[in-house]
Amino acid sequence: MTEPTGSGAAAEAASLGEFSRRAGEFLDSAIPANWSELEPAELIPVAREFQAALYDAGFAGITWPAEYGGQGATAAHEQAFREQAAGHDLPTGPFVIGLGMCGPTLVDLGTDRQRERYVRPLLRGEEIWCQLFSEPDAGSDVASLRTKAVRDGEDWIVTGQKVWTSGARHADFGALLARTDPDVPKHAGLTMFIVDMRAPGVAVRPLRDMTGRSPFNEVHFDQVRLPADAVLGEVGAGWRAAVTMLGHERVSLGGATRRRDEPLGAANLARLARENGTAAVPQVRAELAGLHAAERALELFSVRLRQEAESGTPPGARGSVGKLGGAMLLWQALHAAGEIAGTDAVAWEPGDEAAEELAVAINAVPASSIAGGTNNVQRNIIGERILGLPKEPQVDRDVPFRDLRVGTQRETT
Amino acid sequence: MRLVLTGQQEDLRTAVRDFLADQAGPERVRDVLETADGFDRVLWRRAGAELGVLGLVVAEEHGGAGAGHVERSVVAEELGATLVPSPFLASAVLAVDVLNAVDDVGMRERYLPPLAAGELIGTVAHGAEAAERDGGWRLDGRLAPVISGDVADVVLVHAATPDGTGWFALDTTASGVHRTTLRALDPTRRLARLDLSGARATRLDTADPDAVRSSVDDLAAVALAAEQVGGMRRVLEMTTEYAKVRVQFGRRIGSYQGVKHALADLHGSWEQAVSVLRHAAWAADEDPDELPIAAAVAQVFCAPAAFRAAADGVVLHGGIGYTWEHDAHLYYKRAKTSEVLFGSERDRRLRLADLMGV
Repeated sequence: MTEPTGSGAAAEAASLGEFSRRAGEFLDSAIPANWSELEPAELIPVAREFQAALYDAGFAGITWPAEYGGQGATAAHEQAFREQAAGHDLPTGPFVIGLGMCGPTLVDLGTDRQRERYVRPLLRGEEIWCQLFSEPDAGSDVASLRTKAVRDGEDWIVTGQKVWTSGARHADFGALLARTDPDVPKHAGLTMFIVDMRAPGVAVRPLRDMTGRSPFNEVHFDQVRLPADAVLGEVGAGWRAAVTMLGHERVSLGGATRRRDEPLGAANLARLARENGTAAVPQVRAELAGLHAAERALELFSVRLRQEAESGTPPGARGSVGKLGGAMLLWQALHAAGEIAGTDAVAWEPGDEAAEELAVAINAVPASSIAGGTNNVQRNIIGERILGLPKEPQVDRDVPFRDLRVGTQRETT
Repeated sequence: MRLVLTGQQEDLRTAVRDFLADQAGPERVRDVLETADGFDRVLWRRAGAELGVLGLVVAEEHGGAGAGHVERSVVAEELGATLVPSPFLASAVLAVDVLNAVDDVGMRERYLPPLAAGELIGTVAHGAEAAERDGGWRLDGRLAPVISGDVADVVLVHAATPDGTGWFALDTTASGVHRTTLRALDPTRRLARLDLSGARATRLDTADPDAVRSSVDDLAAVALAAEQVGGMRRVLEMTTEYAKVRVQFGRRIGSYQGVKHALADLHGSWEQAVSVLRHAAWAADEDPDELPIAAAVAQVFCAPAAFRAAADGVVLHGGIGYTWEHDAHLYYKRAKTSEVLFGSERDRRLRLADLMGV
């Protein structure tokens, strides 16, 4: 009962091998040297240029429809590229949100004009996107957001504030979720818009995160005017669009290929153990093996999801499994790092870049348990949408938004 | 690598699942536990002769299906889900794998057809001393625990000889073989002690006995991971169903985050366990160089995950889960036994560290 190995399958395997070889060659030659030492602002032009090179070489949007600028290739090609890319550190950070979340949502829900206008420039690195969902009073409870969009003739006027918006400073466009009808329950009155981040009335202010860096921002909207065709999906169907995007987000966050030299990866920690002489300690070896197995399990799960998608089973809410698993893996890695590096993880000689990188990674661990929906939100999604468990009693599901207290739910006691 | 089952493999799963649901439901499982053999011999022969699942990795020329380890793991998964007591792991996995791995064509021809047909039960044991005397090989030693050692007809023994290790086929009716069924934590998998004193055995022809041992260990790790994944699936289903109907404090307990989140974690770990299992089974068929590390990863991941699931399954059921009449404890006992049967967690992890080159 082995796979059919007719000429079709053989040709496909040959083409996949060729694709993989080309990807390896491309990555060996096209990655700009020392890009990781660049400041965020200096990185942007370098990242744009690299993304354009990826596109020209046929490695951008590998599984995206060819009619919108993708390659129209299979999940196996995507997988082959990821395997090649795992050995490299790519300057693609500025495009993660656009390629992982906004782009796939545009493909799913955009009008032909929107797809034509936005998808190819995104794949070519010409335009950077951000996602404008979270608000100070609406983090996990996204549907409680208060940023409003009010009709003015054909246009919409947006007023409000977003927060924890990654990459907003360098973004050209944002996918904005805003309230367009406060007279219906909170999930029903939302609409998704495409916002030009340079439009009058948009103001971006950087926020520092706990690593000390400023990858995220507050975004203020003061009477920002959007044209009618800025609506992504349908007016009032913003929640459905948000769920679509959040699904892509989880798959993208959970399925992200970890670099082999990831500071908190088993391979890097094993290197560290060899360097500091702890690699022979049985507890350290056992810890590293456990971490390696957990990394493989998550990696193989995301490969399996992609293969299932290829054979017709969409991932659905199972992206949450990868997202949650990825976050839990980092806590396990953090523990291993402390066991192996000891005080070297918390104090080091000035100029020791490897130690510096490890410390930043340690400080960044909580982010993955929060960004894109907290671990507990992911567990609710898995419990309710995959396992079909009953929801918690909800007090605000059927109440018009304007009747809710302080713009979010009424408190329960 | 291929981590998704083919249509044919899914059909096999359905056939096995239907067969077990029809012939070996939970009540039947409990009934056979009380019998002298501890398993259903009629069912066993039908599994071999009608369903053809005992010789999945046996070549067609030896009466098998000539399929692969992905197929066998599908069967092991269903057996792990239902906990049907049977010598599958001992006979259709360990014994068959030894015979497939040695160079001895004659012994393959002799034993594989009846093993595949369910007419003969085999198992594997380690730790005997072998010596040539009285015109043949004689085995001595106390071997325990031997999986299904109480019902096996033939035991393939890995023994020390004056010139290194060797593999031997031992007929359990031979003189000098004394068997004791051990009292066991897991009532669904019988374990025995074999006391051998000068038991006559036949040496299997093989160039590298220790290589046979390590390949058999890797393949056993894959089959065991499949059982563990099946058990996790059943615990998850059973506990989720219960959480949807059981009401406490005026609400179904599955609506409480304390219960919901525990089940979500269990689900996530099962999904990942399925993935490492599929990879290990695929490697067993298609990528032998990758098998040792894939099998080690599968055991490092699946063994504790399965026990955690089974333990949570008992606790999430509350008081009813702790009663004898509920099935939850059978999964708990099976998972704990499987977790230590082929070595401790620390052994598994250190072996993986070696393979990783740490």
